[in-house]
Amino acid sequence: MKIAVCVKRVPDSETRVKIASDGKSLDETGVKFILNPYDEFAVEEALRRKEQAGSGEVVVVSLGPAAAQETIRTALAMGADRGVLLEADRVPVDGLEVAKALAAELKNGGYDLILFGKMAIDDYNHQVGPMVAELLDLPCVTAVAHLDIAGQRGTAEREIEGGVETVEFPLPAVLTTDKGLNEPRYPALKGIMAAKKKPLELKRAALGAGGLEVLGLTPPPQRKDGKVVGEGPAAVPELLRLLREEAKVL
Amino acid sequence: MAPKFQGVDFYDVDGLLSEEERAVRDTVRAWVDDNLMPVIAEHYLEGRFPKHLVPQMAELGLFGANLPEEYGCAGLNHVAYGLIMQELERGDSGVRSFASVQGALVMYPIFAFGSEEQKRHWLPKMAAGEVIGCFGLTEPDYGSNPAGMITTARETKSGWILNGAKMWITNGSTAHAAIIWAKTGQPDDVESIRGFIVPTDTQGFSAKDQKGKLSLRASDTSELVLQDVCVPKDAVLPKSAGLKSPLLCLTQARYGIAWGAVGAALACYDEAVSYAKARVMFGKPIGAFQLQQARLAEMLTEITKAQLLCLQLGRLKDQGKVTPQQVSLAKRNNVSMATDVARETRRLLGANGILAEYQAMRHLANLESVYTYEGTHDIHTLILGQEITGLNAFN
Repeated sequence: MKIAVCVKRVPDSETRVKIASDGKSLDETGVKFILNPYDEFAVEEALRRKEQAGSGEVVVVSLGPAAAQETIRTALAMGADRGVLLEADRVPVDGLEVAKALAAELKNGGYDLILFGKMAIDDYNHQVGPMVAELLDLPCVTAVAHLDIAGQRGTAEREIEGGVETVEFPLPAVLTTDKGLNEPRYPALKGIMAAKKKPLELKRAALGAGGLEVLGLTPPPQRKDGKVVGEGPAAVPELLRLLREEAKVL
Repeated sequence: MAPKFQGVDFYDVDGLLSEEERAVRDTVRAWVDDNLMPVIAEHYLEGRFPKHLVPQMAELGLFGANLPEEYGCAGLNHVAYGLIMQELERGDSGVRSFASVQGALVMYPIFAFGSEEQKRHWLPKMAAGEVIGCFGLTEPDYGSNPAGMITTARETKSGWILNGAKMWITNGSTAHAAIIWAKTGQPDDVESIRGFIVPTDTQGFSAKDQKGKLSLRASDTSELVLQDVCVPKDAVLPKSAGLKSPLLCLTQARYGIAWGAVGAALACYDEAVSYAKARVMFGKPIGAFQLQQARLAEMLTEITKAQLLCLQLGRLKDQGKVTPQQVSLAKRNNVSMATDVARETRRLLGANGILAEYQAMRHLANLESVYTYEGTHDIHTLILGQEITGLNAFN
């Protein structure tokens, strides 16, 4: 089983992001970057599939700045076999450009599965995985929360509004992974040491201009202070009145 | 769920760490957040070591992490090892103590003074957490003065017979194997002290949990009694010779403690800052008052100094240049610093500061033990005094 996992370097979800002075990008000073948490499910799933199959290869592919090597090495420390970084000074805003570059890299790799996290926590676009599938003319299942593979066929479950959707698909396929699919392992200390010695190939990403431009970033409006209407049961009528008349939620 | 711990790094000390060192730190930090933080308060209150975490710690490779890979260890440098200790103690000193004892006081002496067979037999099992160890040096009447120990080992035709008692032994009741230090010669012959690997199920060996601790409650502290304990010839650590052997182990452990104390201080400072920003009194967050700001500024200053101290100590150790006196300075400074930070945090938190729901009082109580064990603060003062003046003030 040969599996590619596409991963992205993103700001830590605990980081307080600041908008840079140009008004349309993030100020990266002091920001800690991590492996996109949804991609961790993809890495874990790939490792489990390989372990179950007893043989195979897990290749981690990322597109990003040189620092994304560290992100790839996190996945190598978890147990992936080798990495490829498509180096770009910055990740294009237009997901299609990222997808084209990744598809070109993955095209002749002979992968049985190509895994992505269902979205990156920095741009919330949910799009690069399905775009790569389309460009490679492969079936795609998004937001997979449960997966079975038998021979050249797979069954995936997706959590949808009010229920579970079950999808069957042939391999090779592109899947994007959701929370709940598995519990990602910690990179163990031996794995961290071993990751240094695993191959990590650097290539310059071939990127087009893309069709999107960021005009500006604005922080969400400051939340107004809450209002304490009173204490205990006596405050209930006033609370109800405000919920009806001011908040208009009842 | 509590927010994930972000660390404290005012001087970009992270920038002085390698990628692997940071990765090791982040792995242990995440593990502590996910697995230790949710259970530590209840274990502390109930006076139980969270033993169920041992297999996970082993799987991560936390035991003897700075020993070579050929013995099943992670083969990390000493800075990465220090960062592990820091992150574990950010959770709890008792859990860090467990790892310190297993790695620096049990695996290290086997590595440093053991035969090749002993190393191959014990170290992989200890790294895997299958065999837990303890270190028996301190005795009821010989704490700061281990040279006076009265535990004896008498050689017989077939092996050794050990007699004596050891006290304040971390992991004592949990351990499968104990490293016991005993005199093989006359009572005043310090050079005759040697180390023995004693399986704790050997007849005549008993361990009793020391009850009534108000500190390190999530840690097993026990008294060991050895009554005509017979061990084979190959139980002795062949390269152990004299008091300097156990003292070398203590230097390893103290090195980890210097880092660990920073972890406890980080936990408290982090708690103090978030509390100071959130707690409103007299119509504004208490962090807006000068008295609390002075507290926080002092804490951050002392933590930053201690972080740099640890890092340089670790770099010296990695270069093979560190001296025991340098380790003493760091242990002495950092534990005292952390105790102060914990106390000030406890106070800043007001009445809430006495609750187990918060961390400060637990760390404060723990650090009082750390202040005393592995060479008391006072003993380290004398070690430095002797280093400075060339004059011995111990006796």
